[in-house]
Amino acid sequence: MRVYALHAGLIVLLFALHFLLPAYHHGNLARVMVLASYAIGYNILFGYTGLLSLGHALFFAAGLYGMGLGIQHLGLAPAPAFLLGLVAGAVVSGGLALLALRTSGVAFMIVTLMFAQAGYLTLLYFGTYTRGDEGFVIAQASRALWGIDLSDPGNRYLAALILFGTCLLLSLWLVRTPFGRVLVAIRENEERVRMLGYDTFAHKLAAMVISGTIAAAAGAGYGLLFGYAGATFASVQYSIFPLLWVLLGGAGTVLGPFVGTLFMFYLIDLSSGITTAYMLIAGVVLVALTLFAPQGLMGEVRRRLWKGLP
Amino acid sequence: MIPKSGPKATTRRGALTTLAGGVAAAGLPLWARYSHAQTAAPIKIGFQVHRTGIGAAYGRWYDRTTQAAVKLINEGGGINGRMVEIIAEDDGTDPKRGAEVVEKFTNQHGCDIGFGTLFSHVVIGSAPRAGELKLPYFVVSEGHHVASGKLNRYTLQPGITDVKSQVQAMAPYVASTLGKKVTMIFPDFAFGHDHRDFFTAAMQAQGGEVLEQIAIPPAETSFTKYFPKIPRETEVLYHVMVGPAVLTFVKELGEFFGGQGPALFGFIDSLEAVAIDSPGLEFLENSYFWEGMCRNAQPGQSAHETAYRAAVGVNEQGASLSDPKDVATYAHMFGCWETLHVVKAGMEASGYAGPQDRAKLIEAVEAMTDIPESLAHPQGAKLFNGRTHQVFGHQNISQVRGGQLVRVHTTSIEDTLYPDEVDYTTQAF
Repeated sequence: MRVYALHAGLIVLLFALHFLLPAYHHGNLARVMVLASYAIGYNILFGYTGLLSLGHALFFAAGLYGMGLGIQHLGLAPAPAFLLGLVAGAVVSGGLALLALRTSGVAFMIVTLMFAQAGYLTLLYFGTYTRGDEGFVIAQASRALWGIDLSDPGNRYLAALILFGTCLLLSLWLVRTPFGRVLVAIRENEERVRMLGYDTFAHKLAAMVISGTIAAAAGAGYGLLFGYAGATFASVQYSIFPLLWVLLGGAGTVLGPFVGTLFMFYLIDLSSGITTAYMLIAGVVLVALTLFAPQGLMGEVRRRLWKGLP
Repeated sequence: MIPKSGPKATTRRGALTTLAGGVAAAGLPLWARYSHAQTAAPIKIGFQVHRTGIGAAYGRWYDRTTQAAVKLINEGGGINGRMVEIIAEDDGTDPKRGAEVVEKFTNQHGCDIGFGTLFSHVVIGSAPRAGELKLPYFVVSEGHHVASGKLNRYTLQPGITDVKSQVQAMAPYVASTLGKKVTMIFPDFAFGHDHRDFFTAAMQAQGGEVLEQIAIPPAETSFTKYFPKIPRETEVLYHVMVGPAVLTFVKELGEFFGGQGPALFGFIDSLEAVAIDSPGLEFLENSYFWEGMCRNAQPGQSAHETAYRAAVGVNEQGASLSDPKDVATYAHMFGCWETLHVVKAGMEASGYAGPQDRAKLIEAVEAMTDIPESLAHPQGAKLFNGRTHQVFGHQNISQVRGGQLVRVHTTSIEDTLYPDEVDYTTQAF
């Protein structure tokens, strides 16, 4: 009960902040919520199942382009375009899972990285449709969902909150189901889980599809809310970001992805106001965190304060 | 020790008097600030600068040019009597951060305008936010994105010409002087595709033909295997490779032809911030380059350009006065200088007083047409098209002779014009 109160409390707090925050931080938080949804997806595979993927940008981009190309070339309305993004994410992550899950450990990292890179180059290659690295604008007129203009700051914030809240609660529910317990068990000792009679391949496959689809939802949401789709989002750094956010916030905690994304966003934003060498500050802080809070911020909370934190 | 004489007993009247005086005193600076707001507060220009990421070399010089232009403007009394303040934020040459920086300018710093973006993907990623936040966004990108109608009424490019007009203006010279049979080598992403499409069409219009279009995948590090695809009858090889592999590209191309090949024509974009006499670039001798503004000081350089060159701290070789190894992005960076002067002219014409006048500022810039050559526009005269928000200007073709870029041709502005693809003035603010 306490657990649900905590997570619902965060959503209520974010809703309250909608009325309180000044414009700049209000806009930032909307973006952080969308990116945190991406990190939540990543956390299901990395934090709970123990599979370190270096190719999640492929899924984020699948959602972004599934939605964006749907609007741009098929003339879809935002809702079906968003769904197309989700389907694209599910199909791409399912396809990659079938191939990549034949490997494990370092090989899994390399295979996911390579496929994501192939996906990135594919976007460039089909520049006639995707406009490649330059990307394209998703016009304001085609971003009205049931008459609600998603480019309006208030609507954007609430839409981001709905996306984030859904992903957060889904993730919380998922990791507390028997299915989620099996994922954690796979992370801890896959051999033993298999010995107990579970089909670990099927579980990992499902985890990857869920993870990829949530990442795609974040990608589609990003495009709809911020009006741009570009191949940069498929590049390798956008695979590293969710790993970084999840590690900082606490891998294998439901709130960790949000905390990590928020922390990283403001670390860059505030340090860049102090010096042009802000990457140095960010780097030192990250090193310090890794030294003193190796399980991430929420991981430390779990270790020191609340052992039962999911 | 306790002082013997304690404070006087407080009376109600005394307290009220003190309080009223205190409130008035506390409020005074606010009144003072308010009465000065129209005249003394600086005009804040948010400068979206590529300090890190792939655009860093350009960003460094865009920054220097911007600071030099602002210094000149402020020395001349600022804009409408107000000083100009540059608020620079690094966008990491990343479209996501670019959009965030635009939000920072508008909602945190309270900037009057945004300015200075170069890389197309950052422009296209940021422009929707600038439009939504109603922040006039003056880009210095040379992308065709503004004039193609992809962006919005708040995005303008008044200080640098776009790739479509540049490429198109090269075709008459290439066809008449270098040859009519062209093979193109370009990177296989949007920048290369723009060159491929615009130049192929422009050559056909000149009665020439593009024999082969060779697209090089972005991650390629070795190019020799592509060169046998160049048809034997090629008279001109048009190349626009960019990025870290460009030196390898030029070297391998030189080794392949051994000085016997077709005429080489390229865009200086490949070699901005790179010394033309770098080891391995000897093969470029006698080859031709597009230049927005000529890196090497040319004979008969205008007084305006001489003054500009000194102001931005660049020597006659196109390198930094303080470090001759630090080569400028000279062919492009004038765009920052000229854009800031267009902003100044626009703000003065519209009587710009604050963010409430942003629409007036845009209308004033849209109303501009002929822009004569001057210290504010040292690259040359320009023609601004208010409907497409794009400026047009002269283009230069230079030949490498003895390690120097020597201008051999300057196009007319008419050579660079093409039919409008959008009319932004029909869009509401």
